[in-house]
Amino acid sequence: MTDDTHQASAKRLLDRSDERVRHADTLGSVVGAFVDRVRSGDLGSLPVVVGLVVICTVFESLNPVFLAPDNLVNLLFDCSTVGVIALGIVCILMVGEIDLSVGSVSGFSSALVGVLWVGQDWPVAVAIVTALLLGAAIGALYAFLFNRLGMPSFVSTLAGLLAWLGLQLYLLGSSGSINLPYGSPLVNFGQMLVMPAIVSYALAAGASLIVFATDYRTAARRRAAGLSASSLGRMVLKALLVTVVLEFVAYYLNLGRGIPWMFGLFVGLCVVMNYALTRTKWGRSMSAVGGNREAARRAGINVRRVYASAFMLCATLAAAGGILSAARLASSSQQAGTGDVNLNAIAAAVIGGTSLFGGRGSAYSALLGVIVIQSIASGLTLLDLSSSLRYMITGAVLAIAVIVDSLARRSRLSHGRA
Amino acid sequence: MTTVSDVDPTQGGLRKPVLSLRGISKHFGAVSALTNVDLDVHAGEVVALVGDNGAGKSTLVKILAGVHQPSSGTIAFGGEHVVLSDPATALGLGIATVFQDLALCENLDVVANIFLGRELDPMRLDEVSMELRAWTLLNELSARIPSVREPVASLSGGQRQTVAIARSLLTEPKLILLDEPTAALGVAQTAEVLDLVERVRARGLGVIMISHNMEDVRAVADRIVVLRLGRNNGEFEPDASNQDLVTAITGADENAVSRRASRRRVQQSPELGR
Repeated sequence: MTDDTHQASAKRLLDRSDERVRHADTLGSVVGAFVDRVRSGDLGSLPVVVGLVVICTVFESLNPVFLAPDNLVNLLFDCSTVGVIALGIVCILMVGEIDLSVGSVSGFSSALVGVLWVGQDWPVAVAIVTALLLGAAIGALYAFLFNRLGMPSFVSTLAGLLAWLGLQLYLLGSSGSINLPYGSPLVNFGQMLVMPAIVSYALAAGASLIVFATDYRTAARRRAAGLSASSLGRMVLKALLVTVVLEFVAYYLNLGRGIPWMFGLFVGLCVVMNYALTRTKWGRSMSAVGGNREAARRAGINVRRVYASAFMLCATLAAAGGILSAARLASSSQQAGTGDVNLNAIAAAVIGGTSLFGGRGSAYSALLGVIVIQSIASGLTLLDLSSSLRYMITGAVLAIAVIVDSLARRSRLSHGRA
Repeated sequence: MTTVSDVDPTQGGLRKPVLSLRGISKHFGAVSALTNVDLDVHAGEVVALVGDNGAGKSTLVKILAGVHQPSSGTIAFGGEHVVLSDPATALGLGIATVFQDLALCENLDVVANIFLGRELDPMRLDEVSMELRAWTLLNELSARIPSVREPVASLSGGQRQTVAIARSLLTEPKLILLDEPTAALGVAQTAEVLDLVERVRARGLGVIMISHNMEDVRAVADRIVVLRLGRNNGEFEPDASNQDLVTAITGADENAVSRRASRRRVQQSPELGR
């Protein structure tokens, strides 16, 4: 920090030579910049955090079981299935398209795993891989309809919603459901398997170490290149904050059954997706296509391939979510993937801060959004409210999230933040 | 990377066309935007493309950029017959374009826009090198961009223009197409863009520049090609008279510009008109 100011006085940093830009270098100005950003409509994950606090306060005051460790562990099990589907929705929303059939695709793949594994005695791994591949094929079909025939994704996936549901009912036949064997690895994974306490603490510590190491390395490279870099104090503070939060979460959940491995898988997928969206050329292309399709095309990006990757990833993740929910319920049934699965997944992505208008979003919005949605569902179930009320309340929350999204977008446009 | 200034200017001016178009036509439905247009551009030459609104200038640029495909006609680039089927092909051959509608992604920051489609280290983006290179390019253009980490949406028209030009220079192209490069710019920035055009020419690159501003055109162009209603309508030296140019652009001696000029003459010296 002292050598920063020294360096700046000797020779101005390359990206600090324009005096018209305010830079948030001290802790106070970081907070100021955050307030500015929120005011101009760049809300980030603020609505989710506020929403979660409100939800927790309300439900905890109505029923003290809500925040009990074991209820939260159950909530995380439930989160993971819809969360994986929501992660796919984030992908497709990034390029400004939509997939309304994710619920049906998940139901179809859960039925397929049941039929192939239990009905046809295939090895479970082969059944799972087959279901995932068929998911990818469904995505490829949407991409073909979109790219070559110019069919709006809204329509093609609406048609898909019905078609795959029909296929699911056909596969399950008259029996209507197939029970998956209790005690099998897949069902154990969906219902029982939790991390040993020591593993969860180690993972939390490892995550904060990685955060610190990446920050430190970037800062060192930027300083060497003559660009501004964040100070050591700030990096340590951030890493400490991450450590404290993660370790506390791990500790609290370990008071109950512990952190489900299935939730670990979901978070892992979020981390990988976040890396892919922010640190790879593919991710950059996704944002570019979502922001300005024609500009992306003129920059030489193969726009069709980007769309195809988004559709295929979305459908594959929907299939994965379907397999996880079959594991969670220990059955492949006609109800799998119907009802509110579709809208919960889309709502989760939007509530978490991914824009319906394309070009803006983050993998973590699936994580945050699905926790909000599942908290509402879990809280209402604890209050013994019927699903009729649950649907209405979830619908209202989705409407509010979309209103926040479009208002924030309008405000961003007028504040020059796109 | 070689900087703009340290390339030997003598290599420019070779008499072999970098680009030559023969009989290019483009129809949009019943409308012929271009009919039988011929155009040659040599290395180290600035060709100004002028014409009224709807003369087909932007259409021609979009064909060269691979955005549109011509209905008929041939394109030779570097002596070879080429088909520019999409923007990636044009970029790959070394034809860089700065579009009038600037074709930037407003949700991405300046660095991401400059490197869009050509990111360093695709599996693990090298943000530091890209940011450094972006600053170098922008400083070469004497650009006044406050921060390269702000989304392009927060920049002014002139700043966006500079970003678009910086982006076209990233790939070391052989031919640069500038569609109205100075339309959105202030006085100082216009001069800087014109300087830049001259530096690009000095490197032996071909430049096609579209402009409505005759002053800018005369300042840098080696040759002025006039399009009118989608057809070639004459070629001029930069020292051609304004009246000749306007006549070629509008297609008649008697036109809005000449009428206005004579009206002003009459107003200024009333006795002449009587």
